[in-house]
Amino acid sequence: MSRFFRDSGHLIRPAVVLLAVLVIFLLVRSAVIPKAFGQYGHYRPAALNLNRQKPTVFAGQAACVGCHDDQAKARAAGKHAHVACEACHGPQGTHADDPTALKPTLPDVATLCARCHEKDAAKPQAFPQVVTAEHSGGVVCNTCHQPHNPHL
Amino acid sequence: METTRREFFTQCSKLLILTATAAKALENTGTPPGPDDTYHMAEHWWGMIIDVDQCIGCGNCVRACSKENNVPQGYFRTWVERYQVTEDREHPLVESPNGAINGFPPATREDVKSFYVPKLCNHCVDSPCVQVCPVGATFVSPDGVVLVDPNYCLGCRYCVQACPYGCRYFHPEKEIVDKCTLCYHRITKGLTTACCESCPTGARQLVDLKNPKDPVHEFLRNNKVQVLKPQMATEAKVYYKNLDGAVR
Repeated sequence: MSRFFRDSGHLIRPAVVLLAVLVIFLLVRSAVIPKAFGQYGHYRPAALNLNRQKPTVFAGQAACVGCHDDQAKARAAGKHAHVACEACHGPQGTHADDPTALKPTLPDVATLCARCHEKDAAKPQAFPQVVTAEHSGGVVCNTCHQPHNPHL
Repeated sequence: METTRREFFTQCSKLLILTATAAKALENTGTPPGPDDTYHMAEHWWGMIIDVDQCIGCGNCVRACSKENNVPQGYFRTWVERYQVTEDREHPLVESPNGAINGFPPATREDVKSFYVPKLCNHCVDSPCVQVCPVGATFVSPDGVVLVDPNYCLGCRYCVQACPYGCRYFHPEKEIVDKCTLCYHRITKGLTTACCESCPTGARQLVDLKNPKDPVHEFLRNNKVQVLKPQMATEAKVYYKNLDGAVR
């Protein structure tokens, strides 16, 4: 037996070193690779939750209509029926979470209406557009048009 | 041919192993990431449809995206381009002043073909940006959204160069690459994206291609639809209706 070890020493010693390297490699690998890496693909599944955790800034149509159904009804009767509340009123997530926390301010009609309805050759032709300077001569839009149902 | 007992048992055990593997795979793709969660990734496949003929270039989407995702000033996850195509079709005039965050100055030339094209990440199935990431920090989620792992991104910007659509940018403060997440924090809660929420004409709509009741199926069947740069074979999931050939 002792003769076997003496004769095979040159094979056993590198084998032990190789085994040790393999064990160290496996230990380091398990320590370095994040938990569940590769569960869905070549990435960390935890990154999915990181991307989901952000707070929402826009409350969404359903949240607005939940309380302001009177305004929603007025809007449904007119041409702006399919324009969401926050398209004009801006993000209201904070207001939707706690109505007392943030009182929404009314949008500035002078710039708001023109953003969509100013005459522009690149806009689809069927879309209602006016040259605001000629159309009203400086009178603000909501003097004549109700924003929720703009038809005169 | 007669089946021997040995063959029968071999076939049975093969079937058993295959079934077990398939069940495990289904479990992995079907389970939600959160514990108490009704959102199942395997039931969705997100994309977007854009009707070019409805876009009025108001820039509402750009502003909404900026606010929703806290996009640093001068960078854009979505933007709107105005094309003015003269007879020299190869060289259209393309403008996007500050990503159209404040809209556009009115176009006055009636003699050229002009239109607006909203752009965003195409959430490609075979995404070049995902293929080049050296650390697995960007990936296509099981519900078809291209996302970035903020903790693992090195900021090497290889993906910024790889994206054929120019949809990625280097976040100047976080020093990682940032991009459109298709409002992943919203769509997983049942809301639509900020850009779609604020689009006044319905020119852009979030769609779920795995939902058989989603209007996208009718949209794709009834309209002439194109994706951007189809020659790149990225399998983009942002579908444009009536897109002009001059759009790059």
